[in-house]
Amino acid sequence: MTNNLRHLMKPLDFSVEELEQLFDTAADIEKNMSAYSHKCDGNILATCFYEPSTRTRLSFETAMLRLGGQVIGFSDASSSSVSKGESVADTIRVISSFADICAMRHPKEGAPMVAAANSIIPVINAGDGGHHHPTQTLTDLLTIRSLHGSLGGFTIGLCGDLKFGRTVHSLITALVRYKDIHFVFISPKELKVPDYIIDLLNENNITYEEVIKLEDVMSKLDLLYMTRVQKERFFNEEDYIRLRDFYILNEEKMALAKENMHVLHPLPRVNEISVEVDKDPRAAYFKQVQYGLYVRMALILTLLDKTDAHINQGLLRTF
Amino acid sequence: MLNVGKIEEGFVLDHIKAGRSMQIYRHLGLDKLDCTVAIIKNARSNVMGKKDILKVECDIDTLDLDILAFIDHNITVNVIKEGEIVEKRALFLPHQIKDVIKCHNPRCISSIEQGLPHIFYLADEEKEIYRCQYCDEKYQESAKTEN
Repeated sequence: MTNNLRHLMKPLDFSVEELEQLFDTAADIEKNMSAYSHKCDGNILATCFYEPSTRTRLSFETAMLRLGGQVIGFSDASSSSVSKGESVADTIRVISSFADICAMRHPKEGAPMVAAANSIIPVINAGDGGHHHPTQTLTDLLTIRSLHGSLGGFTIGLCGDLKFGRTVHSLITALVRYKDIHFVFISPKELKVPDYIIDLLNENNITYEEVIKLEDVMSKLDLLYMTRVQKERFFNEEDYIRLRDFYILNEEKMALAKENMHVLHPLPRVNEISVEVDKDPRAAYFKQVQYGLYVRMALILTLLDKTDAHINQGLLRTF
Repeated sequence: MLNVGKIEEGFVLDHIKAGRSMQIYRHLGLDKLDCTVAIIKNARSNVMGKKDILKVECDIDTLDLDILAFIDHNITVNVIKEGEIVEKRALFLPHQIKDVIKCHNPRCISSIEQGLPHIFYLADEEKEIYRCQYCDEKYQESAKTEN
């Protein structure tokens, strides 16, 4: 098992071709959910969450339950052996004896990588501090692919906290591998996208622009990715309060957008998208949550090496 | 002026930045070798003003010299046979550095996990940038002498 053991630590761990297969599986799950309900019969997912994250944890747990598997785990470091001083390496060695696959969230950057290095089961990074959150990136990519029809040939606006926003950095880094994408960065100067991202775009000859006002660029966007200004990334509460309300997407701004534009958001939102926008058919952030479930189901199947069996069964069903 | 004699077989590390010879001595594991080692500190240099020199009487191939390039790529390595320089060996930046430097990012798992090796990878060879394998934090040159 260890010879073919595969983990997911970073958004770019999978090649573009591997992602296509993963997204094809996810798309098939969306259409034929019931066909997958016994794929993981007898398998156990361990959700090791050293810090609270209800949304991501429930998405992973639902994914495994929808595949017919079962779930064990903890959702808070205080309720685990960590409170007694156990290392990540020791924890995963123990978990490996109980479960078939593990999703780990940890406040320390690189912790899931330490787990993967000491594990005999696949480990999924479910978020490590402000470092990586690869399944959010997979969710975003699948959402774009499903709603826009392809991962390329569009103008995407990224709005809000582009400096500390981990999901935004991962998404841009992942989209660099696709063709004909124009980036529009919309943020106050205090929350501009970091230099290393700009360097990456320049190195790959990818076009981009940086603006302050959302209204100025709304009409040219095919996709708008909104982000929350996260309090936990600030050392100074005054700065947080000042920048929190800088961008609020409302009906007025939506009126400037294309008819077929899609609004994405990693959630949870605070007030950066007015609730009045929720009923707009272009608001796709709750659909995005669904895609997150499909992609996590596809990921579990992929890492447990159960996709081939599905494809064969799928072919049998087709013919 | 202090005179240190020639060595017959071994190697000489010249043009070491003054004060760094002991760091190199430790990183090359010379303290564990049963051979003659001369550490010359603050030798006069026309180019550098002051420099350190290490003379080691052992087979150069028994040592991993890659770390030298990370510590100071201006170091010259002269291989000595029968008392003469027979080769000037080029230094290349190692692709990975293990347990030589530490990550100073307080959010990194290496700050709390016991027994975890500190591993850095070469992220940009041209700019000589190393990043922590766990958190990808860039290694700061200012911390080089602290470890």
